[in-house]
This record gives sequence, C-alpha cells and structure tokens, in this order.
Amino acid sequence: MKYEVLNYKDTRSGFGEGLFELGQENEKVVALCADLIGSLKMNAFAEAFPKRFFQVGIAEANMIGMAAGLTIGGKIPFTGTFANFSTSRVFDQIRQAVAYSGKNVKICASHAGITLGEDGATHQVLEDIAMMKALPGMTIINPCDFNQTKQATKVIADFEGPVYLRFGRPKVATFIPEDMPFEIGKAIVLKEGTDVTIVATGHLVWEALNAADMLEEKGVNAEVVNIHTIKPLDEEAVLKSVKKTGCVVTAEEHNVMGGLGESISGLLARTMPVPVEMVAVKDSFGQSGKPDELMELYGLKDKNIVEAAEKVMTRK
Amino acid sequence: MPTTKELKAIASQIRRDIVRMVHGAASGHPGGSLSAADYLVALHFEIMNHTSKPFDMDGVGQDIFILSNGHISPAYYSVLARSGYFPISELSTFRQLHTRLQGHPATMEKLPGIRIASGSLGQGLSVAVGVSRAKKINNDDKLVYCLMGDGELDEGQPWEAMAYCGGKKVDNIIAAVDYNHKQIDGDTDDVMPLLDLKAKITAFGWDVLECNGNDMDEVVSTLKIAKEHTGKEKPVMILLHTQMGMGVDFMMGTHKWHGAAPSDEQTEKALSQLEETLGDY
Repeated sequence: MKYEVLNYKDTRSGFGEGLFELGQENEKVVALCADLIGSLKMNAFAEAFPKRFFQVGIAEANMIGMAAGLTIGGKIPFTGTFANFSTSRVFDQIRQAVAYSGKNVKICASHAGITLGEDGATHQVLEDIAMMKALPGMTIINPCDFNQTKQATKVIADFEGPVYLRFGRPKVATFIPEDMPFEIGKAIVLKEGTDVTIVATGHLVWEALNAADMLEEKGVNAEVVNIHTIKPLDEEAVLKSVKKTGCVVTAEEHNVMGGLGESISGLLARTMPVPVEMVAVKDSFGQSGKPDELMELYGLKDKNIVEAAEKVMTRK
Repeated sequence: MPTTKELKAIASQIRRDIVRMVHGAASGHPGGSLSAADYLVALHFEIMNHTSKPFDMDGVGQDIFILSNGHISPAYYSVLARSGYFPISELSTFRQLHTRLQGHPATMEKLPGIRIASGSLGQGLSVAVGVSRAKKINNDDKLVYCLMGDGELDEGQPWEAMAYCGGKKVDNIIAAVDYNHKQIDGDTDDVMPLLDLKAKITAFGWDVLECNGNDMDEVVSTLKIAKEHTGKEKPVMILLHTQMGMGVDFMMGTHKWHGAAPSDEQTEKALSQLEETLGDY
C-alpha cells in the first residue's frame, strides 16, 4: 500500500479534536491544563464544557494530584501541558498518585522531542519515554500523525488505567487513513517487506515510510512497522516481522537511552538475537532551531534510516 | 453520636495500637501518629458521614478523607480498622511481607479505606482538591477532608494546591495541619521556619481556624465550626496545635520519636500510660 499525504497538520490538533469529541460523547471525561490551553488545542473542550475543565495555572504538580483526585468520584481526567512538564517536572506525582495508586489518569503531552524547535533544550524533552517506561502499569502511546493522535485520544478514554499520550508541535504529514483500526498495544504493519524491519514511532513513522521508498529504489524491500504503543510493546508483531527480515532499524524522536530502540533490543536479545541499528538522539540535549533543521542535525531523517538499514543488513 | 468521653476512650485505644504496631514492626512513625490521633478519631467517629462496609472507592454521597502525611499510617490504619473498614486483627501485619498495611498507605493491596497512596510528602491536598471537584460535578454536597503534616509544608506542592483553592473559591474542603512543630531533623523553626503560618494561609484566600489538636472537645467543636464555614466560597483550614508523641511522656516534646520504634521496655512503659478501652488487637 502506498501512503498519500492527506494534509499537513500538527498532532496536537488531533488531540484537541479528539478531546472535544470525547467531551460530547462521554460525560465522565474532564480535562485539566497548566496555562497552555492554546498550545494544547484544548480551547474547544474548555469552551464547550466549562464545568468539566480546570485551568490550574503554571502548577503541574497540583494538576497531576488533582487529576488523581478526580478519578475518586468516577471521572476520567486528561491533563494537558508540554511533554517536559508532563513528565520530568512531575515524575514523583505521577509515580505515587497516578501509577502506584492505579488511577485512571490520561497524561497528554504535547511538544515532545526536538521538533518543538526554537524554544530549545529546556523545553525539548528527549527523556520522557524512558521515565514513563520505568513506571509499572503505565501505558505509553506515541501516535504518528493527526489522524492517529485523534484516534488514540478517543480510545484511551475507554481504557482503564494510567496512560501517557505523547504528541508534537509542528505540522507534519497526515497519512494514516481515518478509518484505519487503532488498538492499544497492537502494532500496525504499514508496509510489508522481507529485507529489513523498520520499527518507528511518532514523527519518525513518516520518515520511515519515505526511507522505505528510497530503499525500494536501491532494490531493498523494507517492512515498516508503526509502533504507536511503546508500552506494552506488541512483541508478537515485532518478532513476526523480524523472523522474516532478520534485522531491525528502530526510529524515534527521543534519546537513544531508554527509548523504543532499547525496548526492541531487549526483546530481541531475550528471544531472537539479530542485528539492530537505532535512529535516535545520541544521548544529548537538543538546541534551538527549526524542526526540520534539528531533525537533520540530530540524524532523524529518512536518509538516516536508509543508512542505518544498509548498515544493519551488512551485519546479518 | 459518641460523647467526648467515648471519643477520648477510642483515642486512647488508637494510641495503644500505634505503639504496639510500631513496636511489632520494629519500625514506623509513632511521633506524628500520636499527635494526630485525636483529630483522626474526631473525624472518623463523630464528624464524617462515611460508610466502611462495603468500601466504595468513589465515595459518592460520603465525606472523604485524604491523608497527605502518609507516614502516620499506624494512626490511620488503627482508626480505619476500628471504624470497621477491615478486621482489627490485621493491624498485627503492619509492615510485614505481603501485608495490606504497607509502611505508607497504598491502594495496590486494596486495603479498604485507602483511596490514594501517600508517603512522598506534599501531594495530598492536591488529591483532595481533585476529589472536591469531582463532588461538585456530581452535585454531591458531601465534604472532603485532608490532613497534612507541618513539615511537609516545606514542599512547594501544598502551596500550589492552596493557591488553587483560594483563587478558585473551593468551598467544599476542610484541610488541617498537624502543627506539632517537629520534623525529622528537629524543630520546624530550625529546619525550615514556617513563620506566621496562619497569616500565610490566610493570604492564600483561606478561612483559617485554630484549636488545641489534642483536646477532644476543642477538636470536635472546631470541626463543627469548620463545617459551618463551608459553602461560603472559601476553603477552610484548621491549624491543629498538637504535640508530637502526645500521650506517651517520653515521646513528647522531641523530634526523636518521629520515625523510631520503642524497645520492649519502652513499649511496656508507654502502654502503662494508655488505657486499654476497646481491647488490644
């Protein structure tokens, strides 16, 4: 199947639209925001459902605690702020009041990774997946485009348990058909292939599809697997693909430490050792710049995936 | 409704439970547990409208209590057991392997009565505010109570929560501070002075009441006044002036019993000062 660019939209707008529709469909859904309503695209929900919306100001710790409390009374709280302030700023609050307490809180994190751009490294969290992955019982979802983010936002409301939903700031290609099924924990094989498996998440999925086209021209038949749910990992889908191809490239907008690549490597080391190459930020902080410039600088483009694929195939 | 005399008798038994639990586990936090015992008894046996069986996590139609200073778990567990949430005999499992009575309160083991984990300090008031907001949405006119230690006011989060409540006119919450002036490393005045706590909380938009938190009559009457102060577009705070270690002479007036267990001999001495009123577990 060939994926067409349907439009260019930011994934955070997919969240905003999904949240608004949830507000109409499920009265248990409530939302909290730490002074970033516009950035998180929560305006529509806030305006339509003022009694179910809580502006907490720049006080993320209080927001997470309040969200945990709102579940006591049957609400399904969605918190919204940047990914950095959704995780590192409030790790202990999430750990104790949400994860350890088993609360049904949806932590919705925008502006994840380096594509936040010009604001620089203070805001570009590249460690959030690592932190959330280490929490027992936390589900981590990193959708790849507008449509998938909207789908994920709606699906997690019906899922009982804490969820970390990660999305981004820039306008990127929308290519997932609106009617493509989305199931938490189920990877999607976007393109079948036999020579190399490219496992990608978030903004890197589109890069992976482009990389697969570039590889095709070189006579390499790559399989592209979209891991939207990083935890729990769809081990079966990964192993099924790797059994066929015998090598893997992982691709993510995150530090190589503690990200998707390490999850995949750990799985393969335990069950089916094959060569792995990781396309990710190489244990550094980001910096100011335009999203595309940063993707280029930190080696997160389609061409980097192509290089990694060519390298990993020589190691088979 | 129990009389003050009856409430005092319950508090005495709770204090015996605290000493015996900490002694049995050879660890735990007796100091703050003893200082907050009277408040917890007044709340659970007189003030709050709550149902222990069956325990309902959502607690719609019930008053809800959130403990922020989770290290006073011996007092909390004893009060919950003696108000019917779980068997009193289970108090003997405190801090043992596979117990539902973890060192600090937790929900994972599904101990009836516990609605949120606490222990990492400063988080409880935010949780209580969330519960209070759920009650508003549910048109549930019952109240939310929250107890904090004075030491945990060193953290920033309680002040975030206080700012929210004052600024947003949260008026279905009655919070309290166990103001015993002691924390692990010493007097609060030395470790991190709270300065004029009443003025600070008042400046955050709260209606602040004060009482002797170890005088059952005062605690009950102040809580009743606090209830009358709810629903007036202001959150209500009670500063409970207490003594750490209250009821056991050698544990009083010092921070040294914040997190230390008594020896066999010390336990015997402590229990000799606390009347067994409801039968030991």
